[in-house]
Amino acid sequence: MTMQYKIGDIVAEHDEEGYLTDITVWNKDLALLIAKSENIEMTPEHWEVVDFLREYYEEYQIAPAIRILVKEMKKKFGPEKGDQKYLYQLFPYGPAKQACKIGGLPKPTGCV
Amino acid sequence: MERIEAQDLGESPLHPDPLEIPALAYGAMAKSKPYPASVAHQTALGFPGELVENWQEKAVAKLGELVRNNRALRFYLDGCVRCGACTDKCHYFLGTGDPNNMPVARQNLMRRVYRRYFTFSGRIAPSLVGAEDLTREVLDEWYTYFHQCSQCRRCSVYCPFGIDTAEISMAAREIMDTIGMGQKYCNEIIGKVFKIGNNLGLPPKALKATLAGLEEEIEEDTGVPVRLPLDEAGADILLVTPSADFFASPHMEGLIGYAKVLHESGVSWTFSSHASEAANFGMFIGSRENMQKVAQRIADAARDLKVKRIVFGECGHAWRVGYNFLDTLAGPFDFLDRRYPVPQHICEFTYDLIQQGTLRLDKSKNDHIRLTFHDSCNVARASRMGDMPGGQFEIPRAILRACCNHYYDMDPDTIREATLCCGGGGGLLTDELMDLRTKGASPRMKALREVADEHGVTHMAAICAICKAQFSKVLPKFGFDMEAIVSVHQMVSNAIVLTGSKQDEEANEADEEAGSVPAVAAQAETAEPAQAANAQEEA
Repeated sequence: MTMQYKIGDIVAEHDEEGYLTDITVWNKDLALLIAKSENIEMTPEHWEVVDFLREYYEEYQIAPAIRILVKEMKKKFGPEKGDQKYLYQLFPYGPAKQACKIGGLPKPTGCV
Repeated sequence: MERIEAQDLGESPLHPDPLEIPALAYGAMAKSKPYPASVAHQTALGFPGELVENWQEKAVAKLGELVRNNRALRFYLDGCVRCGACTDKCHYFLGTGDPNNMPVARQNLMRRVYRRYFTFSGRIAPSLVGAEDLTREVLDEWYTYFHQCSQCRRCSVYCPFGIDTAEISMAAREIMDTIGMGQKYCNEIIGKVFKIGNNLGLPPKALKATLAGLEEEIEEDTGVPVRLPLDEAGADILLVTPSADFFASPHMEGLIGYAKVLHESGVSWTFSSHASEAANFGMFIGSRENMQKVAQRIADAARDLKVKRIVFGECGHAWRVGYNFLDTLAGPFDFLDRRYPVPQHICEFTYDLIQQGTLRLDKSKNDHIRLTFHDSCNVARASRMGDMPGGQFEIPRAILRACCNHYYDMDPDTIREATLCCGGGGGLLTDELMDLRTKGASPRMKALREVADEHGVTHMAAICAICKAQFSKVLPKFGFDMEAIVSVHQMVSNAIVLTGSKQDEEANEADEEAGSVPAVAAQAETAEPAQAANAQEEA
């Protein structure tokens, strides 16, 4: 079963849940397209989260724990953004899962 | 934290009974099924990548092998007298009304096939004894409805013969895996344990950074350098915990609690990057081979790190596997200190310290919380804690009562051995099953609503990573705050006064000013009447 995102000539395969099969094909246009399929309009605030996730992933090959994300957002962007509820407002299905999908990162699995 | 407001009882609508029997809704959940495992997920576990050509023959042969080798399973398939005691005991039946979610109906999906191929009457007169060929339709029904059982075993408590639907659903999943029809969520995760060491796929470098970050945070908060050591050979205790504790909330808040308790105990301890997972999804898919391989990692890590004890963190089914099977799967553990249970639960560890008076707990730190406790199914019905019957119910409650002033149990028919599943156990905690998970959680949510309305309960504690993740997703669907679910050791973390901490000094200064009794004693005195009052309210 192959499912694809298509932008012009670019075709990117994804799994049943919309996560990219090959994370190296990710780019910002693709992110906008994935966000659209999630009913999310990307604002600078959304990008702050997605950019941090990608940065963290680059270093550690996994998305950060929600607590680390909250702490980092607080440090970088101020106390009003260092709050789990704020992150859920941006990504209603959970920052770890939904922001990972938009950022082209694999889905965190397990009891999370 | 948003407070759940206690409603005026005079005006509140009558509480729906958490165990109210729904009207039957035939086929209501016939379309619910998890994503299939991919070829890669299957082969990593030693299963065929996709449905094999002679699947019917292979499935029947596997069923035959299972009933020959597992007398309990054979009895469960033979022994049902159709008394009906189980019919209204499954939370998925209560939440969906789909008659295939009645435990007896779920069992019958396999029982009919068993009769057809393995009983005399079923072979010669199948239609007279409800025997049925294993057709493609039947196989698809298996996939659908054996993935609507969280293996919580509530039904088995009420069955006069103790027929355990969990064993039947595990067998069904094993048969399906054997013919190449696995489930993505479980099988992908087991593969990650083999490849990376845990369900989450958290590499050692990330684990190390996560633990270092937590050390920093605890020190900032308390002034005490509490350590979260990784791979430190020669430590007394190997702590094995679900990897969700390194990632999700409120799991991680519980992890901080374990670290504080272990610090205060003075015993040396370590995590292992090789055994960075307590969970064992091999049980959910009924695969002894995979369960053994996952469990072996814990034994190997304990040997390599030369520890004397193994302690398990808050994970429901891990404790079932640990308590019941660790020794047979990966033993003997004769190299460990046998004066301690192998393994020991973190709740047993903390409870012992509380009994000895080693921990200083300031209950008032949890005064913003009015608490109840959700017994996790695998701990409640498949294990024990401590050295007394029912220890698995009493010990977590005793810890919570030592950490807060306001504790209330839910409806007695929904707790302890009668506890309701969270709705996400047994390998069903996956997004595509959210509808099933929500409906399956509704009986527990109604029971929570009762204590929220009657006693102003704001939070519910649990000792299982699946329960915690499941509730944080479904609570908002029932009008509760997502942060209303807490870890048991999160409550401990809030209340514990670490020796030499800022909080400790503040308390000592306050005592000196008052010029009298030390804080702990004073607190114990005031706490007792409150506890007695709580006990009365529950009675």
